[in-house]
Amino acid sequence: MENVKKCCANQQTSKTLLKAKEELRDIKGKEGALIPALHKIQSVYGYLPEEALMLVSEELDIPITQIYGVASFYSFFSLEPKGQHIISVCLGTACYVKGAQNILERLSSELGIEEGSTTEDGKFTLQATRCIGACGLAPVIMIDEKVYGKLSSHDIPKILREYK
Amino acid sequence: MVKLTIDGMEVEVPKDTTILEAARTIGKHIPTLCHLKGVNNSGSCRVCVVESGPKLVASCSIVAENGMNIKTNTAKVREARKTVVKLILSDHKRECTTCIRGDNCELQSLSNELNIREVEYDGERLQLGTDDLSPSVSRDPEKCILCGRCINTCAKVQQVNAIGFIERGFDTTVAPPYGKSLDDVFCTNCGQCITACPVGALYEKENIKDVWKAINNPETYVVVQTAPAIRAALGEEFGMPVGTSVTGKMVAALRRLGFDKVFDTDFSADLTIMEEGTELINRLTSGENLPLMTSCCPGWIKYIEHFYPDMLDNLSTCKSPHEMEGALVKSYFAEKMDIKPEKIVTVSIMPCTAKKYEGNREELSNNGLQDIDYVLTTRELAGMIKEAGLDFKNLQDEEFDNPFGESTGAAVIFGVTGGVAEAALRTVFEILSGKELDNVDYTVVRGLEGIKEAAIELPNGITINSIIVHGLGNAKKAMELIKSGEKEYHFIEVMACPGGCVTGGGQPIVSSDYIMGNDIRLQRATAIYSEDEAKLLRKSHKNPYITKIYEEFLEQPNSEISHKYLHTHYIKRHKFWK
Repeated sequence: MENVKKCCANQQTSKTLLKAKEELRDIKGKEGALIPALHKIQSVYGYLPEEALMLVSEELDIPITQIYGVASFYSFFSLEPKGQHIISVCLGTACYVKGAQNILERLSSELGIEEGSTTEDGKFTLQATRCIGACGLAPVIMIDEKVYGKLSSHDIPKILREYK
Repeated sequence: MVKLTIDGMEVEVPKDTTILEAARTIGKHIPTLCHLKGVNNSGSCRVCVVESGPKLVASCSIVAENGMNIKTNTAKVREARKTVVKLILSDHKRECTTCIRGDNCELQSLSNELNIREVEYDGERLQLGTDDLSPSVSRDPEKCILCGRCINTCAKVQQVNAIGFIERGFDTTVAPPYGKSLDDVFCTNCGQCITACPVGALYEKENIKDVWKAINNPETYVVVQTAPAIRAALGEEFGMPVGTSVTGKMVAALRRLGFDKVFDTDFSADLTIMEEGTELINRLTSGENLPLMTSCCPGWIKYIEHFYPDMLDNLSTCKSPHEMEGALVKSYFAEKMDIKPEKIVTVSIMPCTAKKYEGNREELSNNGLQDIDYVLTTRELAGMIKEAGLDFKNLQDEEFDNPFGESTGAAVIFGVTGGVAEAALRTVFEILSGKELDNVDYTVVRGLEGIKEAAIELPNGITINSIIVHGLGNAKKAMELIKSGEKEYHFIEVMACPGGCVTGGGQPIVSSDYIMGNDIRLQRATAIYSEDEAKLLRKSHKNPYITKIYEEFLEQPNSEISHKYLHTHYIKRHKFWK
């Protein structure tokens, strides 16, 4: 049984890898291709796994050390797998003074994870973010692309139920 | 030409000269830290700032322009430099009294030069611990000042790219990808990053304690050998000028440290020529596995194992000279002296950090005993001599011990780029022609050009097309040249370090200030070539002890017994990881 599982996992990996390879085809050989390449890879995998960085290195002929340097520099890129839903808590000035810290703490205790990490079931990633430009709605959070504003910590359980 | 004013003096310099270089032409000393001639020119540390009009500019990276009015010594400039150095010091592990670079740290010198007596910025310090897993190169990120000299040496000169900046802002460090240990990635262990580092953030994995322990143990018989390049540089550690040859003093010092025998790796360099020369002749005859690529350099070996694993068959199967000698010490010599091989400890003094890794390779052993037990760099040897309180400069010259003490001029030039090729040509030519060479100097393979090509016609009408390369960046170009198949090559000499072993990663560290005005590769090479010229015997096959060891033990080059002790094999490695 274990073997079967392993085999399927491998197949899935190679499919994703093929897709990633496909994505890189158009930008190969172009100047300044690295950051667009990492964007594409992250859109395929949801993050930047080691096998994909090795692929980028091979395909674009850029040393992996440089690729890792760029990937670890920009906060947009993630080297860890992300959850199915990404919860971003705005900690910009307006949200902060309106109690964003309480919102973050409530999310953290409801999900049982620290900021910057992912729930064990892979459902949610909780992260703090800088101002998202919705100060009029402060305090705000975003779950994936959806914005929730004028929150109090009591609203959190209800919002999370939408995704369970 | 460009005309500018520096501190009120008119200066005329060629176009594209930096302000720093222009200032040096009139004897103005501008301090630098991140600048390393020909390697790092990022202007990131800002120590070399000067006033240009209302602005402070980094003199190392700004090019002199017509009409510039530069001031190198104003209160504003001095304060800016002090602030910069203090900020660097505020995040630097200042354990200077016990630091490996305690007596030649560029940051410490700079701090003294600028009369910095206190650092008022008392902030957080990055705490990351050291990486000492590699047998060759250790890293202490807490001492790193993020100047980038090591990164650019690895990326631009060696083109290996084993280390880079990772993370961002305060968390930035210099490390291999994923913050892995140097031992877990494709690092070739060449140690050029160490000689580029201005502080003690990169250094060799020390084995001084192990060697003292062996010397102090009455049960062990400790045999030492020294590579050709050591004698051309060791004196620098004792204040002698770069390029001074100190062979006799070095031998005397080693004896006083308590080694039971002091041998010369040059002997087995001669032996390498016999084995590798024969291998070359055989491959030329059979046409197989050409070009033959030299195998003396362990940095190059690991490089090819990671990046060109399909070319492993082209490498000579010869062990590197000191490994050959270690194998013979624990067999031929042990038998002759009636000493049990397991009681012998073999120590090699090498200009190289990659030799430490090589010494640990499982395949470089016989009957369960490593050919070489410990490798020390030139710097570590100097450390032991200092610890023992020897007055190195005034030691009387002494001779190496036999049977591994005699060598020819062909062996000593192994320490410099082109040397192995030249030594091989001297022997191969005479073996094939049966005639004495009139002139043994193959100047065509000498010099510091990155890639040298030489077509040498042999007496049997065959022309050997050879490439001589130093620096792994050039090796990469040469490999692409060979792979392109445009031309047929027969012999490739590669030394991983620019200049060859004389400027290896284990050699005395020379300040970036000295490097700005001098080419240490040439200076040390001069010492090597003058040793060669002074030798009575200059061709490996003329070494009487070589003849003797074949008669008594090895039978003939590439014999079965030679293969058992003197030859090896290589391993395919991952392109990115260990």
